Amino acid sequence: MNLIVIGVNHQTAPVEVREQFAIPEARLPEAVKCLASQPGIEEAMIVSTCNRVELVARAKEPNADLSGCLQEVYGFDTGPYRKYLYEYRERDAVRHVFRVASSLDSMVVGEPQILGQVKEAYATARAVGAVNSQLDALYSRAFAVAKRVRTETAIASSAVSIASVAVELAKKIFGDLQGKSVYLVGAGKMCELAARHLLAHGASKLYVGNRTFERAAALAKKFGGEPISFDQLYDTVDHADIVITSTGAPHTIFRREHGEKFLSRRRNRPMFFIDIAVPRDVDPEMNKLDGIFVYDIDDLQQVVASHMSDRRVEADRAEAIVQLEVDKFQARLQTLDVVPTIVSLQEHLETVRQAEIDRVRGRLGTLTPEQELAVEALSRGIINKIMHTPITTLKSAARESSESTTIVDIVRKLFNLRDARKSEKEESDAELSAKSGGRG
Amino acid sequence: MPLVWLRVAVAFYAVGLLYSLLLLGKKGDLLARVVEPAVGFGLIFHFVSLVEYTVLIGRLSWASIHYSESLLAFVAMVVFFIFFVGYRTSSLGVVIFPIVFVLTFASALGQKPVTITSPALRSSWIFVHVAMIFTGYAGLFVSFGASVLYLMQERALKAKSMALLESKLSLQTIDDIGYNSLLFGFPFMTFGLIAGSVLAIAKYGPLFFTDPKILLSFIMWIVYLLLLYTRWSSGWRGRRAALLATFAFVIALGVWAANSLSRVHRFPPI
Repeated sequence: MNLIVIGVNHQTAPVEVREQFAIPEARLPEAVKCLASQPGIEEAMIVSTCNRVELVARAKEPNADLSGCLQEVYGFDTGPYRKYLYEYRERDAVRHVFRVASSLDSMVVGEPQILGQVKEAYATARAVGAVNSQLDALYSRAFAVAKRVRTETAIASSAVSIASVAVELAKKIFGDLQGKSVYLVGAGKMCELAARHLLAHGASKLYVGNRTFERAAALAKKFGGEPISFDQLYDTVDHADIVITSTGAPHTIFRREHGEKFLSRRRNRPMFFIDIAVPRDVDPEMNKLDGIFVYDIDDLQQVVASHMSDRRVEADRAEAIVQLEVDKFQARLQTLDVVPTIVSLQEHLETVRQAEIDRVRGRLGTLTPEQELAVEALSRGIINKIMHTPITTLKSAARESSESTTIVDIVRKLFNLRDARKSEKEESDAELSAKSGGRG
Repeated sequence: MPLVWLRVAVAFYAVGLLYSLLLLGKKGDLLARVVEPAVGFGLIFHFVSLVEYTVLIGRLSWASIHYSESLLAFVAMVVFFIFFVGYRTSSLGVVIFPIVFVLTFASALGQKPVTITSPALRSSWIFVHVAMIFTGYAGLFVSFGASVLYLMQERALKAKSMALLESKLSLQTIDDIGYNSLLFGFPFMTFGLIAGSVLAIAKYGPLFFTDPKILLSFIMWIVYLLLLYTRWSSGWRGRRAALLATFAFVIALGVWAANSLSRVHRFPPI
């Protein structure tokens, strides 16, 4: 389909270069339109994020050169940046598009944002009419592949956010979170998110302590928890197994002496403090007490980072899925190559049939409706029987890429379908988009 | 022949030992898949060896030191497997496997087991005494293993070291295992000691109590009780509990070794 991808990403270019190529959201529609209107370009779209800028285009000619278009789109000489650019064509380009959408080409492999960004870029290009048929099919497939990778591998499932890392750590300490209670100190967004995660994993009781009691009450109500006024904080915190703090206090709220008191009241049952406030709410000294575990925002971030290496393993599985999907997509493209021939063969025989019926109609005289139907069925039956073998042969040849063009040529020659060939491209496009539309 | 089976068992237990050593070097993954079946086979051969030995002698015999070591290792492995089934974890093996290996290895080395035939050992009370004491020991071993694991896991969590965080067991589960094995072992140990005391009073009179071996045994029992008590009263876990469990373990070793010092517990060949 003469697909070309050209671009820069976090691996090939430093940020200074990526900045040069980055296209602000507001300018994106205009840039896509400009690219799509270049001579020799049929369809185009542009993905521009902070880690990558990519121009994706379907050209008329297989050997089309995009560098001229690049110049047009950017309005400056892109020659000096050539060494930062990567370029993929055809199969490699399909693979690249799938990998990007599946977040395999991301700096943080498996991060979920990229899919949304690609979807936005696609919507933009579609809105300005730069994407219509084959890129449409390519991207709907890419989104499906991304979904498959996401569900079939654990690439995105290892703790992505701070909140899910908090849950994971809590499980390392308490095992099952069933019956455990959570105490929020401060009613910030992050706190809420972490609480939501913990509750979703089985934690059963929630306390919310906040300087303004109303906010505590509002948040507690949301989760069916218990609001607690701030002056009772030190007397109640030890009710909870997991404490999440995110106040704006300029100094630490929980210090070693508090921890010792909590432990004796809890008869040394462990406590887990998650401190997501900056500056910190919990004195790191508390981590030295037996049975108290304190993780601050940096510690949590470090865990997030350590999961990146786990993702590498899953990424290999994801790569295999992408490879499989690329093969499938290519095979489908090839099948689509024979579709116009099948259509014109059907049309050709239908014309012949109609012409022949019209020719003998005079000699048949007046026919009853039943006879009319019988003639119709007879003639249709004959052409269907004739068409059956060539169509099956075409379809099976489509699966062998080397054979398909030869067979297509032979069928066209045999049935004298040459006239229809010039419209093949358009038909194929229409077919492709119809199919992809059907699959959503 | 029992010795042959025992040696086969030792070979299998060696896999467990190797696994424990590799785990310390963070290379445990190499053997993770084979270690459970290996020690399982070890246990089977071990059982065969014990049964055959018993049949050979014609009765239950505690008189051979090697036999006793072998039996203790066997009971420890059985307790380990009870927890393995209950908690789906072989992590305790880190501590249990080396102990079991050393015990069975020592037992399997013996070319000519020192068989002592003392009339005192024919009583069925002896059977109750030994079986119960050994089960109590096994519970203590497992609890000691759990304490060490708890300590390691706690350190890892506090140091925020990601490598050790990969452990599948939560702190809570390790704690449960340690506590449950104590609870499991304590009544056995208690009744085992009572059975022993009854025997000793019958034979030696009330003065048996001053024997070093017996004294040590009672000290161990008190430490055992202390372990449970500190947990009930103030929920001791982690470092303090591990230290106490280590102390109990060391005394247990002392009790084992004290046979040679004992008058009451020593059964000279006749």
